[in-house]
Amino acid sequence: MPARPATSQPAPQGGAAPRPGSAPAAGNSQRMDVRLENVTKSYGPVTAVDDLSLVIESGEFFSLLGSSGCGKTTTLSMVGGFQEPTSGHIYLGGTDVSRLPPYKRDVNTVFQSYALFPHLTVAENVAFGLKRKKVPKSEIESRVAEMMRLVDLKGFENRKPALLSGGQQQRVALARALVNRPKLLLLDEPLGALDLKLRKQMQIELKRIQVEVGITFLYVTHDQEEAIVMSDRLAVMSKGKIEQVGPPSEVYDRPATEFVAGFLGASNMMWGEVSGQAGDYVAVKLDGGAVLQVPAAAAEGHGTRLRLGVRPEKISVLPVSEPAREGWNTLEGTVTLSVYTGIGHQYTIRDAAGHEFAAYVQNSEAARGPDRGEAVRIAWRPEHTFVVAPEQG
Amino acid sequence: MSDPVSVRRLGRGAAPYLLSLPSWAYLAAFFIIPLVSMLSMSLAKGNPLVGYAFAWNFAEFGKAVTQYNTQLIRSFWYGALSTFITLVITYPVAYWIAFYGGKHKGTFLFLILLPFFVSFVIRTLAWQFILSDQGLLLGTLKALHLLPKTTYVLSTPAAVVGGLVYNSVAYYILPLYVALEKVDRRVVRAAGDLYASPSATFWKVILPLSAPGIFAGFLLVFVTNVGDFVNAAVLGGPGTRMIGNIIQYNFFDAQNYPMAAALSSILMFLLILAIYLYARVFGAEQIQEYAA
Repeated sequence: MPARPATSQPAPQGGAAPRPGSAPAAGNSQRMDVRLENVTKSYGPVTAVDDLSLVIESGEFFSLLGSSGCGKTTTLSMVGGFQEPTSGHIYLGGTDVSRLPPYKRDVNTVFQSYALFPHLTVAENVAFGLKRKKVPKSEIESRVAEMMRLVDLKGFENRKPALLSGGQQQRVALARALVNRPKLLLLDEPLGALDLKLRKQMQIELKRIQVEVGITFLYVTHDQEEAIVMSDRLAVMSKGKIEQVGPPSEVYDRPATEFVAGFLGASNMMWGEVSGQAGDYVAVKLDGGAVLQVPAAAAEGHGTRLRLGVRPEKISVLPVSEPAREGWNTLEGTVTLSVYTGIGHQYTIRDAAGHEFAAYVQNSEAARGPDRGEAVRIAWRPEHTFVVAPEQG
Repeated sequence: MSDPVSVRRLGRGAAPYLLSLPSWAYLAAFFIIPLVSMLSMSLAKGNPLVGYAFAWNFAEFGKAVTQYNTQLIRSFWYGALSTFITLVITYPVAYWIAFYGGKHKGTFLFLILLPFFVSFVIRTLAWQFILSDQGLLLGTLKALHLLPKTTYVLSTPAAVVGGLVYNSVAYYILPLYVALEKVDRRVVRAAGDLYASPSATFWKVILPLSAPGIFAGFLLVFVTNVGDFVNAAVLGGPGTRMIGNIIQYNFFDAQNYPMAAALSSILMFLLILAIYLYARVFGAEQIQEYAA
């Protein structure tokens, strides 16, 4: 069990981007958009989603991040109405929709496969939802035209989907969903089928469109970078449960569990025992013998045996000839591997206790980095040390 | 001397034509030659005793239309009606098997096709036995006084069209099943997501996407049924004669080969016209597009 509560509380946003188009969030008056309460989905003995609770605020770009089989797509399907929860409730704008079919929900989906209607033109695809809702013809025309502008597909109205590229089909799928002005847009790995370059472009494009229309986006992905780049907040899922919810910067800098620390970016993990406290920091004696300073706030509630971590890019690799940095956590070791990555170097450093650390160093300084076999000192600021709930088993 | 590269290229270019030669030969021997001979026979003159000779004689066409227009119109009417009824009957079955057949799709299809392993003529004769005035169905109902003694079904248009429908089921259900099986379930799901009720999903998405199957089945069933003579001969009477019966009569009994050939030519021309009109109305381009 993660030590922190897995559920999100509609807390004031830390690093969240401003959200144009939505009412200013102020205390209790802020409008709740999507609420999942103790939602469970079982297939016989297999539990895909396990007692999941979550609140997504209006106008937010929210990502569900996790590897395949973690329950993120099942969660999305239940919000979209394609599957019914085994137990629990789903509220959209305060209304319980747990048992409503998809066509009665104010939600639209952008499918991973796009699922465009092959027998209809681009414009007819986009107009499909509005026609079903019996929107007047003149309004349909203007809204479709507006969408074609938004997704930059003007001039493609009369083409059949088969004649479009993958990126264009993706944008038709987006337009077809957004034109209905849903309260919530669900996106099921919509960029999965695109090549890397197009995917990067579309990440920015999606974010731009989301800010422009101000609709709540619930985005499912296994790509951590995608989630970090686009989300206002994200939830990391594993085995049907939410491991952690928060703005990307918060989840990245202060992962709550060992799973999150390993899934969202890379982490150097260590075991240690609390050996004393001084001010805002506690001293932790690593199993290898070295003593580190850890923020007391991070260690709180984790007992005396701690699972510690530090991100590779927070580590400085220093020559032993330089004096140790005052107040930094410092370990001595030997470079066992040095890999040039273009923008920097990736080092593997083994300390005296035989523990290996990864460190990313950018090539911003003139001095050459250490070579393989060279003795070095690795150091990082104590506040960059985080404490996680250790993985079970 | 010639350049070896260009020789090899020529060989490679000719290969497809060489390989298709047997098909061309088959088509020429069993389609083009009989077709030409039929068309030329329709313009021949003579009588069964002295034989027929080609003579640019268009008179048989005129006679065919004036003498047999009732049977021609009736054939197209029975053909269209039986095709439509077959479609209406088989579509839900094909739909159910394709969407809800689960693991047993193959079994269900096999069960539906099973009766069709029995000879066409035997099956039709079985219907004669079932529908005859004192037969299995009517005889029993009459004995139970549920039907007046004078009720009959054989020799009526209903019996002929019913026979045509019965014999067409297998030919319509297979293309429909294949087309419905091909409909992308994710697209069906997307329609639900875009506020389409189950019935709107059917009419706006599933039905248009299964159009190639409807067309393929139409081709098979309509063309066969318009030219059919067995159902009318076995289940029908004088008032339900179809053009197939007339052609058969002229060919085998009257030995009026030019008339039989002229009627066949007219039938062929009208069928091509009907298919062309169907394709125009429903869009052949689209039909090809989905089929691809």
